Amino acid sequence: MSTNSLAKVQQYLHKNIKARITALLLLPMTWLVVIYLGSLAALFITSIWTVDDFTNKVIRTFTLENFIEILSDRAYLNVTIRTLLIAASVTILCALIAIPMSFFMARVVSPKLRPVLIALAITPLWASYLVKIYAWRTMMSPESGFLTWLLSPFGIKSPGYGLVSVVLALTYLWLPYMIIPIYAGMERLPNSILDASSDLGAKPFKTFFKVVLPLTYPAIIAGSIFTFSLSMGDYIAVQIVGGTFQMLGNVVYQNFALDLPFSAAVALIPVIVMVLYLTLIRKSGALENL
Amino acid sequence: MRFVATTQQIKGRNKTLNKKRLLTSLLAIASSTVLIAGCSSSGTSEEAAPAEESAVYQGPVGDTPGTINILAWPGYAEDGSTDPAVDWVTPFEKESGCEVNVKTYGTSDEAVQLMQSGGYDVISASGDASLRLIYGGDLQPVNLDLIPNYADIFDNLKDRPWNTVDGLNYGVPHGRGANVLQYTIGKVDPAPDSWSLVWEANSPVAGKITAYDSAIYIADAAVYLMSTKPELGITDPYALDQTQFDAAMELLKQQKPLVGEYWADYTKYIEAVQSGSIVAGTSWQVIANVLNGEKETVGAVKPKEGATGWSDTWMISKNVEAVDCAYKWLNWIIKPEVNAQAAEWFGEAPANSKACALTANKDHCKLYHAEETDYWSNVYYWKTPTETCLDGRTDVKCVPYSEWVKAWSSFRSA
Repeated sequence: MSTNSLAKVQQYLHKNIKARITALLLLPMTWLVVIYLGSLAALFITSIWTVDDFTNKVIRTFTLENFIEILSDRAYLNVTIRTLLIAASVTILCALIAIPMSFFMARVVSPKLRPVLIALAITPLWASYLVKIYAWRTMMSPESGFLTWLLSPFGIKSPGYGLVSVVLALTYLWLPYMIIPIYAGMERLPNSILDASSDLGAKPFKTFFKVVLPLTYPAIIAGSIFTFSLSMGDYIAVQIVGGTFQMLGNVVYQNFALDLPFSAAVALIPVIVMVLYLTLIRKSGALENL
Repeated sequence: MRFVATTQQIKGRNKTLNKKRLLTSLLAIASSTVLIAGCSSSGTSEEAAPAEESAVYQGPVGDTPGTINILAWPGYAEDGSTDPAVDWVTPFEKESGCEVNVKTYGTSDEAVQLMQSGGYDVISASGDASLRLIYGGDLQPVNLDLIPNYADIFDNLKDRPWNTVDGLNYGVPHGRGANVLQYTIGKVDPAPDSWSLVWEANSPVAGKITAYDSAIYIADAAVYLMSTKPELGITDPYALDQTQFDAAMELLKQQKPLVGEYWADYTKYIEAVQSGSIVAGTSWQVIANVLNGEKETVGAVKPKEGATGWSDTWMISKNVEAVDCAYKWLNWIIKPEVNAQAAEWFGEAPANSKACALTANKDHCKLYHAEETDYWSNVYYWKTPTETCLDGRTDVKCVPYSEWVKAWSSFRSA
């Protein structure tokens, strides 16, 4: 009986391609639509509500006051710009470190060593985020930190806790996310292209800048999406090594218990920024080449 | 053992903010759930009004068995799950025949949110949560005649604005503490006796100052202004009209360049003091005790201007079913033996005057100034600021807490 019905199902699926695809995609699509897009929609809807001033209960009436508050208060513009600058600096630093590193790993060392180096590059991901960020806190301590010890003989003052520390710590944290796509991109480059470049008389540096970089550009963009969005949303690193500075995530965290709609409105800023960023990248054509 | 207990205590007092941070990844997922939950909760704002006198339970407290769900600061209702030796919930269950479920919370704001979501019968609330709950209509007045141990509570904790509204009492006091000025010995010389160390632009320890990272810290600025700018006429740091509030925010802005870090996480604070990046700032007695665990490294004083502080109250939900059990719990938790145990575990001054004789460390009450009436006369316990001025002024409107939070968020982001 059961074998019979199983066979029937198999038969049906075999005949009906639509049913097959539906069955295959039902679970991931449910996840995407309900959990992912659904919570984004909830975020958006919440941002146009308000709260009772005294009891902090959410009042579900349409209002734009959260957006007006964000736009009218210079502090929130500042925090947005600061967050963007941090995210951009982290992305650029990660790219500057990851491009030569990936090139070395993918094209210079012997193929036997590659898996070892890749494993080493991603080992930081095995440790807990908090452990790593607290290690940075110790290193950046203005009084007794590693950096103070390193720099003081040269008469340079350690930056202490502040924006510089945040950029350094986040660069460290997100570097593997930049290395992996660039490495993959560079490894895929056919040797013939590099050979052709040198046959035509290009010096190694010229080959790197005129051939390798343009061809791995989509991979760099892919890495930048990771580092940029991860930095945009971070709010823990800045609490631990950022001194008195705050990023957008801190504003969300600070307000979510008392004023959920306002938090939701602030949380939309990174969403908007990422949409703009992805649109720009799409226009540049990098997404098609990923 | 002593150290273990103390660490546990601050974990509690620190409102487990850091614990929350550990769970950030979960938070990201949870936030979507919160949002969805937000959709399903009632959209209409309930009329904010405290209860009527007729709502007071007339007793008598019988022996009806039941279950009570307790919402408490970590460390306030220990059932042995943190440390098997620390347990005053199980003996209560045995004696009363009531079953107790304890849920702890991290911040006053979280407490209010949980209480409003329903399902909790008894709560230990600080003054900055209690009024919101009372006016939000979430609590019922408490008939103190049914709580014999109330008689032993220190008089200066009875009938105070954060536990009594319109002549109706809403609970029994649990314990209190002051936000002290902590300084590193040797780095701050001579020992300070004024908050000017952390507020004035010419501070000798500029850049190594810390401040509490919460909107309620605006009240600390107001406390300082009470004595430095008497012309502002501040009598209650939680009742600030717009002019007074703006002056407090100005003072905070003056302080910001001096601040190395704002703290809400006790481990980070302790580490910063130990590494020397912070040498002065607002603190809790219990943090100073931890820092002085091995060697006297910091001093903690209540400066001459006075200080803010907390005073916590056990309160009963409007919708409690097992009312007998709730009353029995309130009586139990302020019983001298239990109050002594809880206050010592948590690291604060007990509310019951008879508790001092029963603490394991005989100096506990001295250390936390429990019996000194004068000490508390200029300690301004956390309260929720409301539009109606809490100091009794009627000719002017005060800045409500929601505006404090907005101002703080903007101030910290700038």
